[in-house]
Amino acid sequence: MTAEEQLKVAKAAPLPPYAQGLGIEIDHIEHGMPVLGVEFSDRIQGRPDFLHGGALSGLMEMAAIAALQTELARRGDAVRLKPINVAVEFMRGGTKQRTFAVGRVTRAGRRLACVSAEAWQDNRDKPIATALMNILLSPVTAPTE
Amino acid sequence: MTEQSVPDKGSAPLPTGVAFDPAVASKLLTRFGHGGWLGMRYHAHGDGWVELALPWREDLVGIAGNGPGSGILASGPIISLMDNATSMAVWTMRGPFQPQVTVDLRVDYMRAAMPGKTLIGRGECYKLTRTIAFVRGVAHDGDIGDPVAHVAGTFMVLDGPAG
Repeated sequence: MTAEEQLKVAKAAPLPPYAQGLGIEIDHIEHGMPVLGVEFSDRIQGRPDFLHGGALSGLMEMAAIAALQTELARRGDAVRLKPINVAVEFMRGGTKQRTFAVGRVTRAGRRLACVSAEAWQDNRDKPIATALMNILLSPVTAPTE
Repeated sequence: MTEQSVPDKGSAPLPTGVAFDPAVASKLLTRFGHGGWLGMRYHAHGDGWVELALPWREDLVGIAGNGPGSGILASGPIISLMDNATSMAVWTMRGPFQPQVTVDLRVDYMRAAMPGKTLIGRGECYKLTRTIAFVRGVAHDGDIGDPVAHVAGTFMVLDGPAG
């Protein structure tokens, strides 16, 4: 699948209500993973003119989960994801401009996945924050009737 | 290094050096910006701790519809709640208000938040140096003995002395 085709497929699935509310969207595909983008707005502002750390963390978590879902879909695995924890490092203040985030699956085993994510603004080589997530994978069981 | 939700000079009056009262400050902090959009509210505070409340809302969930996992608060709002609660806890200890940024924050998700229930975020500052504040916190939906999440993190004073 080309990046263009992949972007079309990715955009067909709606993002969670929380992500939509903040204005998060799938921006483009990078190395086969969806890159999320969000415009600066009052909704994601912390101290005046700066991004709120919680909103930025939420964006990176979303990117991490989107990357893991992409990887699991390639494998054809049907599992439910349960976040165990996330550790976020803030390196630079997020300013009033578009923010991007992408996830990278370090390892996805049968039960556990370790996924990292980074966020940047105008310079792809200067991340403003990184996140590391551990996610429990539980098999989707057929409804009992 | 990012944000603190307390407006400093500019949009809202909370100047550096002024004594910090969470009950008063929350009215400002929870009306504007990200905290305002999420609908955060002041709940309680003491020396070194602050509790904020986040009422459940349908557009803050991670999974829409009626399927498995639907109606559960997304994790993003939980991080934001705890970022604000722990950050305000620092100010209750510092006394005078000083702008600060989050250096890092770790969240452990114990269980899903119950759909429809208000989440309480209790933030504590357990160690303060001139520059760095060490914080921890718990998010729960009614019973602090059955927490939704635990957090730990650090804040750094902006333009403070080194060391």
